[in-house]
Amino acid sequence: MTVKEIFETMDYGPAPEDASEALAWIVDQGAAFGHFINGQFTEGRADFETKNPANGNVLATVTQATEAEVTAAVKAARAAQPKWAKDGHARAKVLYAIARLLQKHSRLFAVLETLDNGKPIRETRDIDVPLALRHFYYHAGMAQLMESELPDAAPLGVCGQIIPWNFPLLMLAWKIAPALAMGNTVVLKPAEYTPLTALLFAQICQEAGVPKGVVNIVTGDGAVGEMIVGSDVDKIAFTGSTSVGRMIREATAGSGKALTLELGGKSPYIIFDDADIDSAVEGLVDAIWFNQGQVCCAGSRLLVHEAMAEDVYARLKTRMQNLRVGDPLDKCIDVGAIVDPAQLAAIKAMVDANTDGDLFQTTAPDGCFFPPTLITGLHPADTLMQEEIFGPVLVATTFRTPSEAVQIANNTRYGLAASVWTENINLALDMAPQLASGIVWVNGTNMMDAAAGFGGVRESGFGREGGWEGLSGYTKPRSTPKALKPTVAMKGDSTPTDAIDRTAKLYIGGKQTRPDGGYSTPVFAKNGDLLGHVSLANRKDLRNAVEAANAAKGWSKTTGHLRAQILYYLAENLAARAPEFAARLDAMQGGKSGKAEVEASLKRLFTAAAWADKYDGQVHNVPMRGVAMAMKEPIGTIGILAPDEAPLLSLISLIAPALAMGNRVIALASSPFPLATTDLIQVLETSDIPAGTVNLLTGHAADIAKPMGGHMDIDAVWSFRDAATATTVERASASNLKRTWVNNGMATDWTQDLTKQVLLHATEVKNIWVPYGE
Amino acid sequence: MNTTLTHLPSVTLPRNDGMPLDLDWVASVQANTSAIERRAKTLPGRRSVKKDYQAAWLCKAVSCIDLTTLSGDDTAMRVRRLCAKAKQPVRADLLDQLDLPELTTGAVCVYHDMVATAVDGLDGTGIPVAAVSTGFPAGLSPLHLRLEEIRESVKAGATEIDIVISRRHALSGNWQALYDETRAMRDACGPAHMKAILATGELGTLRNVARASLVCMMAGSDFIKTSTGKEPVNATLPVTLTMIRAIRAYHARTGLMVGYKPAGGISKAKDALVYLSMIKDELGDRWLQPDLFRFGASSLLGDIERQLEHHLTGHYSAQYRHPIG
Repeated sequence: MTVKEIFETMDYGPAPEDASEALAWIVDQGAAFGHFINGQFTEGRADFETKNPANGNVLATVTQATEAEVTAAVKAARAAQPKWAKDGHARAKVLYAIARLLQKHSRLFAVLETLDNGKPIRETRDIDVPLALRHFYYHAGMAQLMESELPDAAPLGVCGQIIPWNFPLLMLAWKIAPALAMGNTVVLKPAEYTPLTALLFAQICQEAGVPKGVVNIVTGDGAVGEMIVGSDVDKIAFTGSTSVGRMIREATAGSGKALTLELGGKSPYIIFDDADIDSAVEGLVDAIWFNQGQVCCAGSRLLVHEAMAEDVYARLKTRMQNLRVGDPLDKCIDVGAIVDPAQLAAIKAMVDANTDGDLFQTTAPDGCFFPPTLITGLHPADTLMQEEIFGPVLVATTFRTPSEAVQIANNTRYGLAASVWTENINLALDMAPQLASGIVWVNGTNMMDAAAGFGGVRESGFGREGGWEGLSGYTKPRSTPKALKPTVAMKGDSTPTDAIDRTAKLYIGGKQTRPDGGYSTPVFAKNGDLLGHVSLANRKDLRNAVEAANAAKGWSKTTGHLRAQILYYLAENLAARAPEFAARLDAMQGGKSGKAEVEASLKRLFTAAAWADKYDGQVHNVPMRGVAMAMKEPIGTIGILAPDEAPLLSLISLIAPALAMGNRVIALASSPFPLATTDLIQVLETSDIPAGTVNLLTGHAADIAKPMGGHMDIDAVWSFRDAATATTVERASASNLKRTWVNNGMATDWTQDLTKQVLLHATEVKNIWVPYGE
Repeated sequence: MNTTLTHLPSVTLPRNDGMPLDLDWVASVQANTSAIERRAKTLPGRRSVKKDYQAAWLCKAVSCIDLTTLSGDDTAMRVRRLCAKAKQPVRADLLDQLDLPELTTGAVCVYHDMVATAVDGLDGTGIPVAAVSTGFPAGLSPLHLRLEEIRESVKAGATEIDIVISRRHALSGNWQALYDETRAMRDACGPAHMKAILATGELGTLRNVARASLVCMMAGSDFIKTSTGKEPVNATLPVTLTMIRAIRAYHARTGLMVGYKPAGGISKAKDALVYLSMIKDELGDRWLQPDLFRFGASSLLGDIERQLEHHLTGHYSAQYRHPIG
């Protein structure tokens, strides 16, 4: 068109970003890549191709790692780790150097990412790369501060990291920066569709003076991921699909490998009738059409107040028609290419299979592109309202009241993020804690920063990336654990010392109840006397306890002040019966340690009570006008396989902090020494603890571990029994990807106050972003 | 009626005669500042216009400029010089190469006393003369004098009147008073088109900007305009977004198209492109014509001239190579 013609049409025209530098870089590397192991690139094999999805052109060939190569990478990381962990300042300097080099080569990274992934250059240039380098700057600071601020934290060792194709460089940064900052070394596998920026990053590591072996990058498909999961690493950090996350959870069960999972989502985007509708509609562009909707935290489920629905849909459709879909290297493109034809086919299949609601689509060029799509008039029962599409497809429904909005929003297996649009701060801040998600954006969407943890609840995974809260995923308490010695029950004959039958019942929903199975087992004293019987709980008793615990949700909404009062009162009532408990402990366990155990238990109750109103969240220093509030929320319902040893102290050490944070608990008492726990029932009954908040079971871990691990309405399970129990729990936990905290068969010294560790496991951080300004 | 009306909405579009004041609508208006700022901040990164497209867009910007002089030291000769520039805003040799030899600015904008001079200076060109009226820039002279000033300006040949609203009515929430006053000014304008200057830099909040925009449109404004150029903060992208979204809402409700004029602070060709893309994306292509969009600017043209010469020659240009206005 001539200038004169354009003067009339006022079209945008092409605005291509020059890709020659990035293409030249690929050619310089021979367009064939090996792995990066122990500071060196290995010889490449043309095992598979990586393509530009926008035009199908092959960019380079990449190597599928072999078992031997993965082993070599892990070995290099292992060898490098001790020295790397020694000096935080040295690590800070290296991370800072990486950040500077990323900044220096930012355009090359952006263009290469767009070539390999198909996302618009606007996003790689303005979002992916700036956020990635910000992550390295931020964690350079964490490396510097580790020694002074986290004196009790030690690195995990070698971390295996498996990242997805939707934000290749950014996910690499989220994984590598905190791991390195905390003194770990890494073996990272980029996704097979998008390996190139990780390989460019490897070059940056060489330039930045990263010691050899500290960062290792191996390429390949899911089979290589499996090799890493099975290798001699201390931790697996995975971002990707929930189904793969579930497999990794099962594969690592009982291995002692730490695990963090950042999985899928179906995040609600809630618009109330008092929202700035135009801004909310614009926000949807960044929620679901950002990165072609291939975003785990995409606001993919639109919930609109009934009164506004037609207005919102109309404005949204108008806005969608202005979305420019096409060549991702064009600086004037909003929606680029889908990462691969396979992903395109998956999106298409899901949309085609849906026959409900009203479909509205704009247009997209031929090739690996999918048009921005809106499906209105759906209901929670429709598949597309439940399943993650991972494409530029928004589904919508309506609600009537704030509580119904919460109900619909939380009606999902996922819980990654949520957006709330309202001009009413009361409503916004009332909604935020009620939404089951790791992140809430008020009047915004997809806001991310290194200073605020990112991660979800439910089947969106566990662990946080970013912020102070992200560091616990890459550290462990500084200790040298020993193997747990089995605690065996005392033996004796069944002659009762008095004629009255004493069979302790279970404590479920505030009531003493007989076990479903109707069986009990005797408990003998050290001297062989029969002390009484305890009930044998089975899976149905567990089920009942979970029902009771979930009916006691009110506990989580009580104030810390009230929970402190109740825990102090519990301590007071226990203290009143201290000699009796001490005698009971001595009778069961032998020796004279009962008095000390009761005293330590009282201290733990006081410590937990003390923390109940002091375990504060944070306001993170994120780069915007607003606040990002990191709120510490209770996990929910926690199942605890309490230790066999130190039966009163260990139980109280675990349940008191859990209760203080607002959790409900179901605990299986020490199997050999259960009577101190059953005696505790009477104390609980007199201490104002609401029914269902604490549920106590007795019996065998073998009967309870699997159903507890697998129960889909339990949010976390802690196991302090033997290694086999830990394995059972972790494997079963894959059912709903609940949080687990297990001892892996290692001993815990319960005479030490571990309250802060327990508090960490008893809470989850929710980041609530509230931009402000009038 | 003279030919200048070819620039005005009435030729192809029904004129906005306003509507009764709808206070419920005004009260329901929301403007989330942070979200609006985010949109405004990221837009320049989302839209890019290059090469011939950029040249064409810059020519479009020229056609939308209200070439303005509003100084205490304005003289007849100064205004005539400006009129000459409005007729030939870009060097003829450059316009010939662009095949847009007829390009002129959108209007010339002066104080009342200079209207007659400007009308004479533009005689036969079709370029309208706009007058700033109503006690510009503070708008605090007696109402009957302000209305009379409008009538005088129209009588002197101004076909566009840039009025200033009483900020105090918006700030005190007296939307009825703002409506009534603006309505009276619209009546005084008669056939001349009215641009209502909101003085957004003095309205305190974007919500107030949105509400004042709606009230002025309900009172029959043909254009709404950001600023006098004399406030500490003039046209900004967040204010623009707020006002054009109000225009969009008014159009959705009434079917009537109201124009938009950002004024003050837009001096770079690059900024002009961002404004045009915001208008294109938020309001649509129809609003990219001078009957619905104007830049209130004096130094913007100079930068555009240099960019156009760069486009045509491949060499960066110098200011002195372009005639001043």
